[in-house]
Amino acid sequence: MGWQIVRAWTVLVYLFMFLPVAVVVLLSFNASQFGSFPMTGFSFRWFVELAQNEAILRAFRTSVVLGLLTALISTTLGVLASLALVRYRVAGANLISTLLIAPILVPEVVLAVALLLFLNFLQINKSFTLLLLGHVIFTLPFVILVVQARLVSIKRDVEEAAMSLGASPQQTFFQVTLPLMLPAVLAGALFAFTISFDDITGTLFWKPGGVETVPTQIFAMLRNSISPEINALGTVMIVMTVGLPLLGLAIARKLSTKGGN
Amino acid sequence: MSVEAREARQPWILLSPALTAVALLLFVPLLFIMIYSFWLRTATGADQVGFFLDNWQEALTDAFYRDILLNTLKIAAITTVVCAVMGYPAAYFIARSKGNKGILLLLLMLPFWISYIIRTMSWINILGVSGAFNSALMALGIVSEPIQMLYNETTVILGLVHFLLPFMVLNVFVSLDGIDTNLEDAANSLGATRWQAFMQVTLPLSLPGLAAGGLLCFVLGAGTYITPLVLGGPTDAMFANLVFEAIITQLNWPLGSALSLMLLVVLGALVLIYNRYLGMAQLMKGLG
Repeated sequence: MGWQIVRAWTVLVYLFMFLPVAVVVLLSFNASQFGSFPMTGFSFRWFVELAQNEAILRAFRTSVVLGLLTALISTTLGVLASLALVRYRVAGANLISTLLIAPILVPEVVLAVALLLFLNFLQINKSFTLLLLGHVIFTLPFVILVVQARLVSIKRDVEEAAMSLGASPQQTFFQVTLPLMLPAVLAGALFAFTISFDDITGTLFWKPGGVETVPTQIFAMLRNSISPEINALGTVMIVMTVGLPLLGLAIARKLSTKGGN
Repeated sequence: MSVEAREARQPWILLSPALTAVALLLFVPLLFIMIYSFWLRTATGADQVGFFLDNWQEALTDAFYRDILLNTLKIAAITTVVCAVMGYPAAYFIARSKGNKGILLLLLMLPFWISYIIRTMSWINILGVSGAFNSALMALGIVSEPIQMLYNETTVILGLVHFLLPFMVLNVFVSLDGIDTNLEDAANSLGATRWQAFMQVTLPLSLPGLAAGGLLCFVLGAGTYITPLVLGGPTDAMFANLVFEAIITQLNWPLGSALSLMLLVVLGALVLIYNRYLGMAQLMKGLG
């Protein structure tokens, strides 16, 4: 009896989490002019309009480039730091870990203000560079947490075996360690990309006038009223940030079962 | 150089890029705004370098700032409690379910991948004047004119709960999942009812997860300015909105620095208290 209530409650909680998002997707296919209920038919017209909207396409390109560069830099820094923390006995490892995840312990607004004002003081104005630096520092802790968690499971024995068979440290790293680390590296990069692609709190502080990312573009469009185009854009974003990781997960699973045979 | 010395230096070489980035892009900027908060923005728009207490006096004594700070903490507290009440049973169900655990967990991760701005604005489709709720009410003939349900404090809290609930569920799940179910069975076999076993065994053991989830909900909720802008009315500004106003709209950067630091101190104090009693490990478990 009690269990049934808990089950029903859980169903309601999941509905609460997903129903509003499902409505966004549903309405993006609405044929009606006003992008609201009632649905008058099924249509792709809002996606077509989206593809012809220059401002949105520009925001999309900015977000993708920003996300890729963020992922590249932040994953590089994060993987190196994680290697040091997992593979070596470092004095003060706990303190270092705390320092490295500090960017997510500080409220994002405060991080955004501090970075904006300090770099402005150094004559680095609101620019793509500032945006990139901000996204890197904000995503770095997430990369470190994800990569570190997965690195722990790679056994040192394999590397020692390679070395004892005559491989140099460089050969060992590139031919043994790196391939084993690859899933962790990709997971970190994907995480960094997704967080960067979705970020709005810091981005609104850092972006120069006239430059929009997809989230800030949506935010600017909300000022007028909710249009079906926003729902369509939302659907595209959901497909990107949910579909890509799921696809990655599926591929990883497929590869690992293949390797197991 | 000896092999040991090289070995000892290697981790620092690996760590230095990340540590440099955090130092230059977080810690030095934080120090900088501490200094900056004592400067003065003059009428001409230039900064007067010096040691002025004006910004701090305004930030700390003006009733306007104090009221909004208190209101922000109130909103964050309500949000946290609602998340806990909604999230705990769901986390319990996931942790104790047999067949569907994997799919339930995967679904729980999805909201983290869906953009915050989309999840926030999705409520306009539901509660707006031409949203699902009003359409249904009108179709059923319950009302003849759409009701304005949006743009008040309740919808701000609703948006925050929607945003933060997955953090709560995940953290509670992580701690519930680590509890040996034999403990509950043992309590049962010693004569406790299921409810007693839960209240006296499981619930206390899961408190660290509840606290971690609560801390995240509170700190993230109290630091937001987007949700009030999208789902709140003109009088529903939270403290981070004041920071945004000062920095972006009024361009009073020294005052904005002081306000940012105030927010940092209030929320940072909570993180430190949490760290003192429960440690960061639990929080990291939920985040990783």
